[in-house]
Amino acid sequence: MHGYYGTYLTVVVLFAIGAAIVGGAFLANRALRPHRPTPEKLTTYECGVDPVGEGWAQSYVRYYVFAYLYVVFAVDAVFLFPWATVFSAKGYGYVTLGEMFVFLAFIAAGLAYAWKKGVLGWV
Amino acid sequence: MSTERIVGVGAGTKDLATEDMTLNIGPQHPSTHGVLRLRITLDGERITAAEPIIGYMHRGAEKLFEVRDYRQIIVLANRHDWLSAFASELGVVLAVERMLGMEVPVRAVWARTLLAELNRVLNHLMFLGSYPLEVGAITPIFYSFREREQVQRVMEEISGGRLHYMFNRVGGLKEELPAGWLGRVTDAVAAVRHGVGDIDRLIRGNEIFRARTRGVGVLTREQIEQYGVSGPIARASGVDFDLRRDEPYLAYGELQDVLRVVTRTEGDCLARFECLLDQVHASLDLADACVARLKELPPGPINVRLPKVLKVPEGHTYAWTENPLGINGYYLVSHGEKTPWRLKLRSASFNNIQVLREMLPGHLVADMIAILGSMFFVVGDIDK
Amino acid sequence: MSETHVLAEGATLNSFGHDPWWIIGLKALVVFVFLLLTVLITVWAERRIIGRMQLRPGPNRAGPFGILQALFDGIKGALKEDIVPRGVDKVVFFLAPILAAAPAMVSFSVIPWGGVVSIGGHKTPLQLADLPVAVLLPLAMASIGVYGFVLAGWSSMSPYALLGGLRSSAQVISYEIAMGLSFVAVFLFSGTLSTSEIVAAQAHGTAFKVAGMTLHTPSWYAVLLLPSFIIYIFTMMGESGRIPFDLPEGEGELVAGYHTEYSSLKFMMFYLAEYVNMTTLSALCTTLFLGGYRAPWPITWFWSGANSGWWPVLWFLIKIWMFTFFFIWLRAALPRVRYDQLMKLGWKVLIPVSLGWILFVSVVRALRNEHHDVGPIMIVAAIIVVLLLIASFLWERVSASEAQPEEAEAAAEQDPMAGGFPVPPLDAPHYHGVGNGRAPNSAEATRA
Repeated sequence: MHGYYGTYLTVVVLFAIGAAIVGGAFLANRALRPHRPTPEKLTTYECGVDPVGEGWAQSYVRYYVFAYLYVVFAVDAVFLFPWATVFSAKGYGYVTLGEMFVFLAFIAAGLAYAWKKGVLGWV
Repeated sequence: MSTERIVGVGAGTKDLATEDMTLNIGPQHPSTHGVLRLRITLDGERITAAEPIIGYMHRGAEKLFEVRDYRQIIVLANRHDWLSAFASELGVVLAVERMLGMEVPVRAVWARTLLAELNRVLNHLMFLGSYPLEVGAITPIFYSFREREQVQRVMEEISGGRLHYMFNRVGGLKEELPAGWLGRVTDAVAAVRHGVGDIDRLIRGNEIFRARTRGVGVLTREQIEQYGVSGPIARASGVDFDLRRDEPYLAYGELQDVLRVVTRTEGDCLARFECLLDQVHASLDLADACVARLKELPPGPINVRLPKVLKVPEGHTYAWTENPLGINGYYLVSHGEKTPWRLKLRSASFNNIQVLREMLPGHLVADMIAILGSMFFVVGDIDK
Repeated sequence: MSETHVLAEGATLNSFGHDPWWIIGLKALVVFVFLLLTVLITVWAERRIIGRMQLRPGPNRAGPFGILQALFDGIKGALKEDIVPRGVDKVVFFLAPILAAAPAMVSFSVIPWGGVVSIGGHKTPLQLADLPVAVLLPLAMASIGVYGFVLAGWSSMSPYALLGGLRSSAQVISYEIAMGLSFVAVFLFSGTLSTSEIVAAQAHGTAFKVAGMTLHTPSWYAVLLLPSFIIYIFTMMGESGRIPFDLPEGEGELVAGYHTEYSSLKFMMFYLAEYVNMTTLSALCTTLFLGGYRAPWPITWFWSGANSGWWPVLWFLIKIWMFTFFFIWLRAALPRVRYDQLMKLGWKVLIPVSLGWILFVSVVRALRNEHHDVGPIMIVAAIIVVLLLIASFLWERVSASEAQPEEAEAAAEQDPMAGGFPVPPLDAPHYHGVGNGRAPNSAEATRA
């Protein structure tokens, strides 16, 4: 319970309570709810038309570009956080600032590249 | 989907055979106001093809007309477009009166004009509320219904109905106007004129609303002429055609100085919305003018006595009116019976909706909703 | 950071990790109960407030003022028949709602809702857990929550659900970057990622000298770092997936988006996730920008005890409810943006502006550390910002007016009433219809 990992342990406790509540809710739900399936109920919603095929079609999903960009930017943003916390402490001066400017320039270049390629717009 | 756009991130995607996704919008879908079905082919979220599939609500109105006498037809005729009931009744009685060569009392003519304009206000208010709802603004519809209620009250008082008024008769109106009713109409009109301002301020100037509707779903003059699109939708594209002015019926001939035909040139969703909004004001002005005139008119009959069996002489005629949603026409062919031999109905929404096939491709799914909402249709009016 | 030790009642990182297990359990339970209760009250409040804004009473039958409505709706919803369509991937279909709801709850564990109080003789901070990287937890949890939406859409085997799931994932991850960037300026000033210490750092503004006068910067980062605050507000709306950014479930186009196929308790989980997210995002904003649980400035001025004991919980709740009201208000007032507009705002406005703002803040901070006079820089920066605003405004005006005209003239050269009936032009080039017979001469058509 003590020390550095103690705080993580509390998060685990929270998880455990959450799991218990969710599990209990699902059990109660299972015990109490009615269950009368009919074939019509079990079809997928297609605006009142009988679904044709599997509901899945191989289609060109444009969103994946955003997933890539997210990976790039989210990782970069995480690097910014520790820098931001120590930045104002003693012993870090213009050099630290300059370093981060270089880093941000790389991110900005990446964004500008994606922008130029048109992937930020809607395809 | 040009190679240029996906270079560097989409290498190889071209080799994968990607099927287009087919999406059914309707018949049971929240944004089709009933049972219109659109079969849409999507490439990503862009529409490549759209096909309106109609007929889910077909009630055989035209066939039913043929086995009803002329009094009964009015009941059916006000049902295909349930938001323009009065205006639809009007077309039938105008056609029959013309065939009979009947002179309608002047008070009836003015009262009909007044009621037609109030009906137009009701109809437009409905769409002024529902269209913002389509694009996600949930509040304006309550304001529009508040205003509708004002008009609805006077309509209910005179006809007993809130949707299907059934107040037209061949040769005039069903009953005399109630005492003091005209004053209450004036009050209602004033209240609506004030209240429409709320809707106007709530939604017209909204940045998000403008961004979603401006330049979206542009309808060209050619498309309108080819598909026979009419009403506020056509006028929003600069097709300045309004039967009230161009072929006056009822008392519109004498109202030319009050009648203002609202037009826009952009032809996009925003223009259609603004057309509707301004048309409400124009209609309210007309209603005021009608009330003023009705008050001046000397007392007199409001309908003519009809024979027990109403037979229309042999012949044919086409009576069309400027319904709230566009041109509504009845082509009446009579063989001298007490029922029509054929009564062809030309409804506004039927034509207006066909143009979707040309409008939708190239737009995003989200735009489809904005466009569909701005086409102001009533499913009953499409399927008849 | 230096001033944190003065605040006897404020919590710091050191205050954590000394609690007995029962206090930890109690606090965890309180977090859950608080969140669930808040959801119930928020749902009720939302319906009442929106009802007011829409000229109708809202729910007013169940309990006093209808306050039990949300509870009853929740119970009823959870006891509905659970329909699992035939085609779905059953395991994923079951896991997705849990995956959506659980992270939203966990995020709240790092939010401080009060200072140090005494419970059963133990001094303990009113915060479940604080980590040296606490602020990362909500960000990480938001990313995990995305899986819930994506998998729900994917496992439903329905095009609406699939598109809805993809949309929501793209939306949340796009806005999360801007959200992360909006935090950086806060870290620059607070020097820590721990939530309790960020709250402590907002207790007093730092002093600096401008033109010989000693001025205290405002203590709330919402004032000091206004651009960050505004960016956070935008991303908060985007992350929560509510109007105007509720595209994943935009009922108009995608029916109900990723939860189209869900029913019963599983649907309630998504519903719960949305409202818990709203609360968590409001709480995070309160913590980072509005001084957390600490009393607002005018109160501390005349009442020194405002920050001691259990009072901070009150301030915290007031601040959270301000944001919740803001969410509700927006929902009543605004339409929904379109997908590409949302992405454009996220990637082309919020992220670049955040990056520029970080640069500016860090430069100012560095100069101040080196004891330079930052006054002139501030003035120059203000002038530049104003100029940029004017330029962008003018540019928009110009581009808008350029786009305006064009087809203003398409004069009515054709008589639409030829022959007494409307006649379409018969051979216009772009008619794409099926090759059906055109309307015959209207004059003949009249002779039926």
